[in-house]
Formats: sequence, C-alpha cells, structure tokens
Amino acid sequence: MSNVLLDVRNLRTEFVTQDGVVHAVNGVTFALEEGETLGVVGESGSGKSVSMLTVMRLIPMPPGRIPSGEVLFQGQDLLKLSSEEMRQIRGNKIAMIFQDPMTSLNPVLTIGTQITEALELHLGMNKEKARKRAAELLKMVNIPEAERRLDDYPHQFSGGMRQRVMIAMGLSCSPQLLIADEPTTALDVTIQAQITDIIKRLKHELGMAIIWITHDLGVIAGLADRINVMYSGYIVETAQTKELFANPLHPYTVGLLGSIPRLDDNQKEKLTPIEGLPPDLVNMPIGCPFYARCAFGTDKCQQENPPLMSVGVKHWSACWNYEAVRAKRDEILRRNVAQPAAV
Amino acid sequence: MTIEAQTRAAPAKLEQKAGGDNSILLDVRNLKKYFPITQGILVQKKVADVKAVDGVTFHVKQGETLGLVGESGCGKSTTGRTILQLYRPTEGQVLFRGKDLAQLKGEELRQMRSDMQMIFQDPYASLNPRMTVGDIVAEPLEVHNIAKGKERKERVQELLRIVGLNPYFINRYPHEFSGGQRQRIGIARSIAVNPDFIVCDEPISALDVSIQAQIINLLEELQEHLGLTYLFIAHDLSVVRHISDRVAVMYLGKIVELTDSRALYANPLHPYTRALLSAVPIPDPIIEEKRERIILVGDVPSPVNPPKGCRFHTRCPLVIPICKEVAPEWRDVGNGHFVECHVV
Repeated sequence: MSNVLLDVRNLRTEFVTQDGVVHAVNGVTFALEEGETLGVVGESGSGKSVSMLTVMRLIPMPPGRIPSGEVLFQGQDLLKLSSEEMRQIRGNKIAMIFQDPMTSLNPVLTIGTQITEALELHLGMNKEKARKRAAELLKMVNIPEAERRLDDYPHQFSGGMRQRVMIAMGLSCSPQLLIADEPTTALDVTIQAQITDIIKRLKHELGMAIIWITHDLGVIAGLADRINVMYSGYIVETAQTKELFANPLHPYTVGLLGSIPRLDDNQKEKLTPIEGLPPDLVNMPIGCPFYARCAFGTDKCQQENPPLMSVGVKHWSACWNYEAVRAKRDEILRRNVAQPAAV
Repeated sequence: MTIEAQTRAAPAKLEQKAGGDNSILLDVRNLKKYFPITQGILVQKKVADVKAVDGVTFHVKQGETLGLVGESGCGKSTTGRTILQLYRPTEGQVLFRGKDLAQLKGEELRQMRSDMQMIFQDPYASLNPRMTVGDIVAEPLEVHNIAKGKERKERVQELLRIVGLNPYFINRYPHEFSGGQRQRIGIARSIAVNPDFIVCDEPISALDVSIQAQIINLLEELQEHLGLTYLFIAHDLSVVRHISDRVAVMYLGKIVELTDSRALYANPLHPYTRALLSAVPIPDPIIEEKRERIILVGDVPSPVNPPKGCRFHTRCPLVIPICKEVAPEWRDVGNGHFVECHVV
C-alpha cells in the first residue's frame, strides 16, 4: 500500500463577477497516491483546470475565492500556507505544465536562463552547475544538441520542442507531483505521441505522481491509472482506468464515450451526441447538474443532487439511476459489435 | 418535422443527382499555391516562396465526402481555399463540373460561388459580431439575389430550423450563442444558397467533445437530405475517417496517400500514414496497452525549402538512398488506392 501524496477534501472555488458568483468547483474530494497517474477528464467549464490551479494556489483572489476545502500535500494544508511558504513548494515539490507552450515561456530570455532560474532558486546551485544540469534536462526530453540550444530563444524552437522545454523545466527540481494541464492539446498527433512517450518514460524513471488534465479520452486511456470525470465543477464519476472504460456508470461518461468516433471503428454508424448545453455556472440547478441533458433523468434527479456513491470496486458514480445506466449503456455505445484488432 | 420536409429545393436536386451517381463533381489537377516572401521597405523584392500546396491531384465525386487530413502547416486549409478561389492558384486546374475555376473571373466566378460554400473553423471569428443572426444567414441570399422581403425572412427561419436552432433567434447577435450554436449559424449560412459543394475547414476542432458529435451528425443529415458533396478538412483522423468515404493524407504541401476510409485503416501503405495512424490514441485502455507506436523523429521541415526528393525522407523510418534524390510519383496501386512513395 502506497502513501497518500495529495488529499483534496471538499474543495470549492468561486469567482465573483458582474453577472453573479460563478461556481467553478463545487466540493471536489479525491486522493492521489505516490507515483500514481490520475487523469482528470472534462469539457470547458467543467472545473478541471480551476480545481488544479486552486491546488497550486494560482487563482487570483479577488475575483476568486475558496469558501471551503483542504488541500493536504504530504499532510500539510497548502491553503493555509503563506505565499512565501507556498513559493517553496511550487516548482519544487509540485510542478505544473500548461497547455500553451507558446505563451508559457518568456520570449526575451534564453531557454538556458529560464531553466536555470528554478535550479538556482530552489536547489541553490551555482551558475555553472545549474547550466550543466539544464543541459542534462534537455537531453532527457530528447532535444538534440542540448548544450548549444541553451543559448537559443523560445522562438527558435517549434511547438513540440517548446512543450518539451516546459516539461524539462517542470522536472528540474525532481517534483513529487507533476500537474499537466492539457499539455498536448495544442500539438499535432505525431508530436503528441512524442510527448506522451517522454512523459511515460520519465514517470517510470523518476517515480513521480502525475495529474493529467485533458478533454481527450483517447490520450488518457493509455496514460492514467485512475480517472476523475468532471462536469460543472463536480466529480461525477471516478474509477480505475480500465474499469471506467469497460463499465462506465454515469450518463455523462457514457455520453462522452458515445460522442467520439474511434479510429478502429469500422461501423459507419451515427454517433450518439449529448444533446443540449452544460448549465450556467452562475445559476446552477438545485438537482443534478446533468439532469437537463440526461436520458435517464427522473424527478428525484431534478430535486436532489446525487453524491458520489460506491458502485463497484474503487468505482464511484454520482448518479441516482446508475443501475439503469448499466442496463442500457451497451446499446448507446453500439458495443455489440466485435472489437477489431488494433493498428 | 424532418429536415426533408422543411427544405424546398431539395427534392429537385436529389433527382438531378440520382442520374449521375458516380460522376465527378470536382477534379483538381496539379494544383499549386505559393505565397511569396518579400524583403525591403520601399521596393519589395521577392526572396523566396512558401510552397503551401505543391502539386496535388485528386477528384471528388458527386455526393461523397472526401476527407483531407494532415498536421498543421501541411497545406490542407490552403488547398480548400484555393479550390474555392479564395486564393488564386499559382498553377494547376480546378475543374468544377468540367469548368476550370482558375480561369474564371469577376461576375462569372461570382455566379459559381452559389454552388460552392465554406464552413469555417472558428465560430467566433467567422460571424460578424455586429450583425444579427438573421442578417448573417440572409447575406448570401442578398448577394445572390435569392428571395426578397417576407419570403427571405421565411427562408432564414427555415434555415435556422434545419440546423436545429430556434427560428425566433433571428434578431439575436452571435455573442448570445455558444460555440456549437454559432457553428450551426455558420452552417445555415453556407446552405442558404443551396450549394452542391461545401468545403468544411476544421468545422468541429474548436468545439467541446459532446458538441462535436452534434455537429458531425448535423452535417451527415444535411448531406443525406440535400445531396451535398463535402471536402472535409481536419487534423483529427478519427473524425475524418468517420465522416468520409475516401481520405487523402497530406504532408508538407503534397498528398501522400488517398484511398477509401476503410482501406486507409486496414491497409495503410505510406510510412507517414502509418505513423499518423499509430499516433492517434484510441479511447480504450486495453487496446492502448498493446499498441505499438511509430514515433516520428523531429519536426516537419519548412515549406519554404522542402527537402529534395521525397519530402518525408528526413523523418521516414523506411528511407532508402533514392528517396533523398528523386521525388516519388503519384501512382495508383489498385482499387483507387493512390500513394506517393518509392518503398511501397
């Protein structure tokens, strides 16, 4: 049994705007073990990024506020730390990489300067040692002629290479936790394959825990040990990866799986979209947030928001009617056909 | 209410199409589009060309969907825009029903535009924020002088209904709509003049997963009921394969492989197609565990100075000496399966 690295309890994040209070994260609870890879799946506005930015204490306040919650990292509540103490953790024990490698790097500083900054600051290395370590890091993410490229500026790198530089920076202080916020979304598939390949290898070598935020169920299927599915600021389903794909028990998860065409799908059949739109985060419904788009909805769903309920081994779903979902799911997912072989 | 019942011009069009089921609607021959790079402030001197599209040949049959897939910068969008003469081609022919669009000008070309429309990628940038939805959808009707006054308004409402929007939205502005709804407005605008051929340029890439399926289904329904022909441009191979009858794979300004969507997956021949297919993740952890990925080394070279010989040779796992010297020919290997490679 591994140790719990990160324990998030009942975390809520809100933003005060002119139109009212935006309820971005509405009571999120999950735990992450050392060395584990957690996938967080959801669409825009589902709270997947905001919840992780809250963990990193990167939410601007105001307009943001955190009305409740605990973020225990190695037993220490990050929400109670001073900004100075948090700075010791951020980039050191917990690192984060972002979606857009174009804007996350400073265009007027060389790559070398940007990588060595964290090494000098957090690990107290001198210039020479930091530079040597920076070159090693670039080599680790497969950047050719690493030594020479330290003196280049971000615009001299392609998108995929910039994202690899971001990963190198994220890993520079050997963090115990790496939070990756859609790190491959802006990249082409062949470059995405390079990046996920590097991350998988490094995770194995360095033994760090990873939280991988994405909207792409395909990317996460090959990476994560466990997946949280988020919708309107709630975790609506969580399970081990294989269990989640084989046995989804929340109508939204089923809907997501039914919405995406699969490369290996030889049936030219209609997709099953999720009708309608997600709810307005300012005027959240009283009951289940997915009720308006759900094919399984009942009166109870409209009146009472379901909590996460245990529906199997290490498998929780926030749906009153998960048994009905279980019964009708395969029909929705067109799953009676034999699976063709992989490429 | 079915879409068919709502669409006036559809039945006539379908009949007309029933005759020539396999006829070629669009025939593109050796199409090239170069963008000049200039230097100098007062006197602009051309120093080089960006060879965005560098000799592509393919045809699109009446009523089919041809998918055009490739990574950013491969020239797929430029191909689409050059076909519609939004960019004038540097070289080559674009035969639409046998007429070369590249030779047409002014009024003649404008007349042809009612047969060819486009759906754009970004539903935020492609709708004028200062026009109402009604005016946006009515604009092509106005330009081509179709329907007036009350009749035009009715047509616009009908179009909104066809794409699944409430016809009462006619006086609203684009900012009041979500991304998926905006894309529906763009689709309504594109089918307003009853076109035969629509270039869909990444119509779903800006949308959330659950909304993407709604738009894909809408495009498929419209095709079925209005007899449309699509050139579907996208970077997502799973989506392209789902919607297309045949798929063309582009790399650095050239089409490297073209075949029907089933054969593309079952029997990919070009090493780039194989790498691309293997890189697309499949949402199934059990399959993902067993898959072998072909990881391509490095990045796509610059289209200003593409590699000599085969353009893919710098990254190709199967490269042989001839690839570095001689560009491979575009050839048919049987059953309409085209490929451009020395090794295959």
